[in-house]
Amino acid sequence: MKKQNKFLTIFSLLVYMFLLAPLVIITVTAFGSDSYLKFPPSGFSLKWIENIFKVEMFMKTFKISMEVAVLGTTLALIIGIPVAYVLSRYKFKGKKFLQGLFLSPVIVPGIVLGFSLLKFLIINNDLPVFTSLLLGHTVIILPYIIRVISSSLENFDFSIEESAVSLGASRLKTFFIIVLPNVTSGVIAAFILAFINSFNNVPISIFLTGPGISTLPIQMMSYVEYYFDPTVAALSVILMAMTAVLMFIVEKTLGLTYFAK
Amino acid sequence: MERGDKMRKKAIYLILLPGILLITLFLIVPLFSTILVTFKGEQGFTLARYFDFFSDSYNMSVYLRTLRLSVIATIFCILLGFPTSYYISKTNKNIKGLYIMFAVFPLLTSPVVRSFSWMVILGKKGIINNLLIYFKIVEKPLTLLFNEFSIVIGFIYLFLPLMIMSLIGVMDNIDDDLIEAAESLGASKFTAFMKVIFPLSMPGLIVGSILVFTGSLTAYTTPQLLGGNKSKVLATLLYQNAMSLSDWNTTAVIATIMIVTTIAISSIISKFAATLQGRGEA
Repeated sequence: MKKQNKFLTIFSLLVYMFLLAPLVIITVTAFGSDSYLKFPPSGFSLKWIENIFKVEMFMKTFKISMEVAVLGTTLALIIGIPVAYVLSRYKFKGKKFLQGLFLSPVIVPGIVLGFSLLKFLIINNDLPVFTSLLLGHTVIILPYIIRVISSSLENFDFSIEESAVSLGASRLKTFFIIVLPNVTSGVIAAFILAFINSFNNVPISIFLTGPGISTLPIQMMSYVEYYFDPTVAALSVILMAMTAVLMFIVEKTLGLTYFAK
Repeated sequence: MERGDKMRKKAIYLILLPGILLITLFLIVPLFSTILVTFKGEQGFTLARYFDFFSDSYNMSVYLRTLRLSVIATIFCILLGFPTSYYISKTNKNIKGLYIMFAVFPLLTSPVVRSFSWMVILGKKGIINNLLIYFKIVEKPLTLLFNEFSIVIGFIYLFLPLMIMSLIGVMDNIDDDLIEAAESLGASKFTAFMKVIFPLSMPGLIVGSILVFTGSLTAYTTPQLLGGNKSKVLATLLYQNAMSLSDWNTTAVIATIMIVTTIAISSIISKFAATLQGRGEA
């Protein structure tokens, strides 16, 4: 092992302090006893954690965020898995163009898409708010599904599929019995990454809200505009705990080095 | 055989159809309907709305602020991210996993949470003001929040992990022997860095810079929470025009400007990097 440069080591540690200290500070603040955001807090208290459950709008929007994320991700999986399979398995006319099309939601600024969906779906075409919200989320998470499934199909040996077909199994049956079980971990990872993306989304959701329909991040943003107490810090702690659990599953299924690509 | 091939081709397009429909109906069509109206005048094509937008000095100042803050954020992400990623890519495997984990975790955490954490830090009763007062550097708490400074901090905080991950991806593939070879042939550490590591990291640097720049240019949550009303950027101006002023036309103009600027800057970064790389190899 080569000796590491001391300056570089300290520099990197400081950069990581910058990345992590705010998350530690928000966690400490959440358990403070002060009625405004103060660091360091004057004492320890669980009242802000309890307060989350007393704010009805947080409970309500949490439920909506969950529904949108689960439904949107499921829909995107149903549409996206076959797309990823066809894109990694076959050569055909217009493949490059279609690959670009399927990844395009990543390039379009979220705030621009959010506004366009509000105008086109809700104002021009009278689509219900919840349906528009769900479709908007499905569109933006589809690229994540396709990318993750494609990357796990890279390691799949398609000759296994061919032998099943040559032994008389139908293509559809082969897909469900041979291909799909081999990319289960990819599907789980895709589900989680898409879920997180949908759950955390702001720029699409902020335009697609209506009477009684809003998501948790939007509700948190409007809460901090009016109240300066640590309730949102407490909520942040719960969300970070949720993220940590989901990240652990991604590490076990996909591996976190996937992000360094 | 040929019949089978034809059927398979049909099946391929049939399988892709739901996805194509989803993207077309809920992304391409809405997007183009937004963009096209901005060019429609009474007598056909017009750029009048864009002249109107930019001739307003307030709009111009918002546009320039957005560009300026995005440039600053990108530069800081490179300055902080490059050495860190290099360190991580050369460190031993177990520690590397830990570093990657702590870079991915913020990426998966809600931007609302991440921006909010800086409201706690930079606030009047936040840790920075408390420290400054404790050490008697200032008497009254400073206004660190709701200005350009807090937006830039928020951008760097939001996008630094992306830069680090983009760079680790390419730096991992740089062969240690190459650097040693350069040094054993008489190159100084600095020359080895400039001639070997820097050009080989270029692809990651380009991807990282484009992600940070376009991300900052179009980010909504962070400038909304940390910027306040005085420091509007394009994204918050767009939202204000749409929801508070219900001015669909101006909103569509801002949306189009954001898309055009994003595409333009991405290609400028790629071009600039290509010339820089060409010079490094010469």
